[in-house]
Parts: sequence; C-alpha cells; structure tokens
Amino acid sequence: MSTADLVADAVTKRFADHAAVNALSFSVERGSFFSILGPSGCGKTTLLRMIAGFIAPDSGDIAIGGRSMRDVPPNRRPVNMVFQQLALFPMMSVGGNVAFGLARRGVARAERDRRSHAMLERVGLGSSAGKRVDELSGGQRQRVAIARSLVLEPTLLLLDEPLGALDLKLREHMKIELKQLQAAFGTTFVYITHDQSEALVLSDHVGVMSHGSFEQLGTPQDLYYRPQTPFVASFVGANNRIVGRATGRDGALVEITTADGWLIRARGLGSIGAGDAVEGFVRPETASLGRQAPELPGGQPSHAGTVQSLLFDGANSAVLLQEARTRREFRIALPQTGQFSDLRPGESVLFSFDPERAVCFPARPGAAGQDA
Amino acid sequence: MHSAVVTRWHGRLSLGLLLAPALLWLAALIVLPHVDLAVLSFRVRVGPRDYVASLAQYKTFFTEPLYWHVFVRTALMSVAATLLTLLLAFPIAWIIAKLQTGRAGSWLFILCLIPFWVSETVRTLGWMILLRESGVLPSLLVKLGLTAVPVELLYHDATILVGLIYTSLLFMVIPLISSLESLDNSLIEAAYDLGAGGFVILRTIVIPHAAPGITAGCIVVFMLTLGNYLTPTLLGGKNSQWFTEQIYTQFITRFNWEQGAAFGFLLLALSTAMVVIGLRITGQRFGDVMRRT
Repeated sequence: MSTADLVADAVTKRFADHAAVNALSFSVERGSFFSILGPSGCGKTTLLRMIAGFIAPDSGDIAIGGRSMRDVPPNRRPVNMVFQQLALFPMMSVGGNVAFGLARRGVARAERDRRSHAMLERVGLGSSAGKRVDELSGGQRQRVAIARSLVLEPTLLLLDEPLGALDLKLREHMKIELKQLQAAFGTTFVYITHDQSEALVLSDHVGVMSHGSFEQLGTPQDLYYRPQTPFVASFVGANNRIVGRATGRDGALVEITTADGWLIRARGLGSIGAGDAVEGFVRPETASLGRQAPELPGGQPSHAGTVQSLLFDGANSAVLLQEARTRREFRIALPQTGQFSDLRPGESVLFSFDPERAVCFPARPGAAGQDA
Repeated sequence: MHSAVVTRWHGRLSLGLLLAPALLWLAALIVLPHVDLAVLSFRVRVGPRDYVASLAQYKTFFTEPLYWHVFVRTALMSVAATLLTLLLAFPIAWIIAKLQTGRAGSWLFILCLIPFWVSETVRTLGWMILLRESGVLPSLLVKLGLTAVPVELLYHDATILVGLIYTSLLFMVIPLISSLESLDNSLIEAAYDLGAGGFVILRTIVIPHAAPGITAGCIVVFMLTLGNYLTPTLLGGKNSQWFTEQIYTQFITRFNWEQGAAFGFLLLALSTAMVVIGLRITGQRFGDVMRRT
C-alpha cells in the first residue's frame, strides 16, 4: 500500500472574478511521475506555484508528505522546483549552484562539496563542477537544474515545462533522460506541460486540466483509449472529431448523423437522448483503409472517400481523406507495411472503423456545428 | 585606385569631424589645464617673476598638519556619504525596479529627478532655510516640545552629510535601477525555493548581480562628493574643512596658484586611488563597470 506524497483538497485560487484553479482535489502517490496536462491559461502554472508555495490558495489545503502546507513559505517546504527557464545562478559555478541549497541547510563545506559532486556524477556532469553556467549546453543546464533540486532530497520535485525552451531533437532526448532520472532517484515528480506527448511518455498518471479543474485523471492509456470528456478526446492524441445528432441507439452504440447527412456509429458516454447534439471521436489509427471492400475488416460499416493529401511523417504517416458525399475531412494513419505507399491524391478509397473503438459525448455548450 | 584613396581620405575626414568636438573639449578643457597645473605645482617662487622647479608645494602639504588633516577628513566623509547614499538608494531602486510596475515606477523615478530641475545652490539654500536656528525645523522642534529653545542644525558634520547625500542620490539610484531591472525574478524565486531567506538572497543573488551597478554608482557619487565645494561650504560653514575649500583658498584668497595646483593633483590622486582600491576590494574591472551603466 503506497502513501500519497501530495494531496490537494478542494484547492481554489481566484484572480479577480476568474477562478484559475477551481476546487481541485487529487493525490499523487509516492515515487510516481504525475503530469498536469493542459493548454496555456488552464491554471496549471497557478496550481504548481501553489504547491511550491509562491501563491497561497484562497481555500482548500495542500498536504505534502502528509503535512499540511498552510502558511509554510517556499523555503521551508520539502519541495523543489525546476523552473521553466531553469533559473540557474549565473553568478555561481555549476558546483556552487548544486551546493546552494545544502549551504542553506547549514551543511558543512566539505560535506556540501562531496554531496554536490556526487549528485553531478549521477547526472553525468562530474567534471563540470568548476564550469560557469553559460559554458554548458541546453541539455547539461537542464541536468544541473534537476541536480540542484534533487541534491536536497525533496519529497516532491516540481517541473514547470522545463523542456519548452529546448529544440525538438534535444527535447526528445531529455524526455527519455527525465524518465530515467525519475526511475533512478525514485523521487515523486509533478510535471506540468501543454505537450501531450511529454505527458503520455513520461507519466504514471496524468491530470488533464481545463479552466481550473481536471477533466480527467488517469494513466496515459486511460486518457488515450478511454477519454471521459470531449475535451480529453480532442486534446490528447490525434482524433477525428465528428459533430452531429444522436439519431439512434443500439446498446452502447450511438448512431450519429451529421448536419449534412453522414451516418456513423460510436460508443456513447454520458447521458445521450435521442436527438441530442453529440461529438464523436475516431482515432486515425483505429480506422482501416482499402481500395476494395474485401480489404476492409468484416462486420464494420464501410465509408467511401477521396484521398485529399498524404501526410508523410515516417512512422506517423497519415492520409487525409474527404468523405465521398459530405466532403468532410477524415484522417487515417497509414499502416507500416508499405501497402499504401503508392496512394495518390484524388484516388477513391474505402475506409471503416470499429464503432466500439470510437466514442461520442453529449456536445459541449457552444461546440455543436463547428469541426475541429 | 585614385577614387579609393579619396574615399578613404573622406572617411577619415568625416570621422575626424565627428570626433572633433569631443577631442577639442578633452584637449582644451581637461588635458591642457592639467598640464599647466602640473607645471605650476612643481615650481616655487624665489623672487618676483622668478621660479625654480621644486617639490616644496607637496612638502608643505605633508609638513603642515592642517592640510593633510582636512585631506583625510574629506576622504573619510566622502566614503561615509557614498555608503549612506548606497544604503538609502538601494531600497528606492529596488522598489522602482522590482516592486512597482508600469506607471507607478516611472512616477517614483520622476520624484527622484524633480529636485534636479533646481540648481544646486538653490537646493542647498533651501536646506539652510529649513535647518538654521531661526528656520523651519528648529521652530517645529520647539513647538512639539522636543527642545526648549531653537537649536542650530546647520554647521554640523551630519548636516554636510545630509546635503551631500541629497545631492548624490539620483546618481546612485540610476545605475542601481538599471542593474536591478536586469535581474531575472525567477532567480530570486529559485533561491527562495532552495531554502534561502531574504538576507541570503540579497547577499548571494541580488548583490553579486547588481555589483557593477553598485560600483558604478559608488564611483560617481564618491567623485562628486569629494570634489563638491558648494554643499560643504554652505551647510558646514567655517567648520566644514573640505579639501576643495583649501584649494579655493590657495587660488583665490592667498593667490598661491602653485600650492593650489599641488592640492588639486593630490585630490586627483586621492580619488583615483580610492576608485582603484574600491574595484580591487570588490574584484571588478573598470571597463565592465562602465559598460554596465
């Protein structure tokens, strides 16, 4: 039975009349990697700063390591933060940066040097202790920022989009490195990001945040395969979004008819009555493509379309179709077998998908009619 | 070929013309007078219109206790005024650079600037009106029952310091604001997050970052204070014993230009030495400091 290192209980923070964080409750298990995923302005930074102690919540409580953090200032919390721009101290050497927190705890100089050096060794920067911060590369700085926090053995490490400033290649690399570091240290990480791929790759659990509250909290697999809200379905991973009205029901499956008369079926979530506006989502990789009907898996309703464009991106290649009758865009992931490598724009194809793997929700207010 | 030469010659001419006012100013108003003063300071009058080279002027300074006493006093008072100005200017600069945003910060800065629209003489006379025995502040103290009779607040060392700090404040605030504004707030938050308190953040993050600005402000204020004549004379009266007054006396009252010139060079040596020592102590280079201001 694992214990929770971070427990938020109905945490609320308002700025003027707008609730940046709205009665949010969740807990993070010891040693896990927890991500808060949301678009900019969803309140994730406010939440992180409340955990770090830079902002006090208006109401509710945050407990870290089982202790309430009410009225505990940031420098007394068992929490350290890796800042978005890293905020390494340019007036100190790399070793000085890592030893800074230890010095504040009154650790003697010799012990401080030993521990900061050992920490730099662990992140692969053993020979850089004497260097200036601006002599390091972006990835090395990242590691110094993490080492500077982890040397204090915090209960919780907060990371505020630390990969945002890096270029794509380095970001991919640092993603893997972060995950390995977290596994090696076993420290509980709370990571905020707007990049769903970072959240999915890194996390044990992800909270998808929108307008100050969690839309869904679960494992990356939950979010991807079992989204609970239309926001999660459209924010996490690529999805074909189809807006229409519920025109029939067959057990769990809902029949959706778009305004221009295209009919599909998807698993219904939430209370959907006949005639209600709904939003359906079909993952590009759940749909199959074929030139002739026998190529498609049996027992699925098939649709006709025209190839509009080919989106080559290595393993993530996809084809953008137009549904034959309604001219609606529909994206399908291309199989890796090379079967459709000769596909050309303008070609007529057939496609189908398993309605059980597609989902639909009651439409969000104001969302009906517009396509994502 | 020919046109290239002409073009280069034109380039040099326009560069020369651009620099001419500055060079003229430097040569005519700084280099030439100083060369002349240097010549003056190294000679002694032996008869009417009869001079010989000598170190006598400098010897007088070291053998006459009054002179070097005033010299040391001026140096120490200037150091004190500089440090007090720094202590007073730092919170002001911090508020303007870090705590106020937008208009409020600009208004506070303008408040620091406004006194400088009035000439230094008028400002100093204003202080005299406030502080003299029959002035505003002594009579207020009597009214409040703090003193039985009006006290003379002029002609004290503290009065001189107040006047000097008032005159110098802006020259300290400006470099401090520019160096504090460039300090990334997330560094302060990071230090706080890593367990530092306010004083430690000031010592380990803010002051090292602002060091070039602090040094630049101190150099400017120290030089202005050391070379100030008006404020010590008006606010300190006969007791002020400021070294610039000794120079004035030699030139104007005694008509002993040789002695005055020697004193002038001693003051120049003092201010240079203090700046060098200050830079050495704080481990900075003059070029870096001047670039930051």
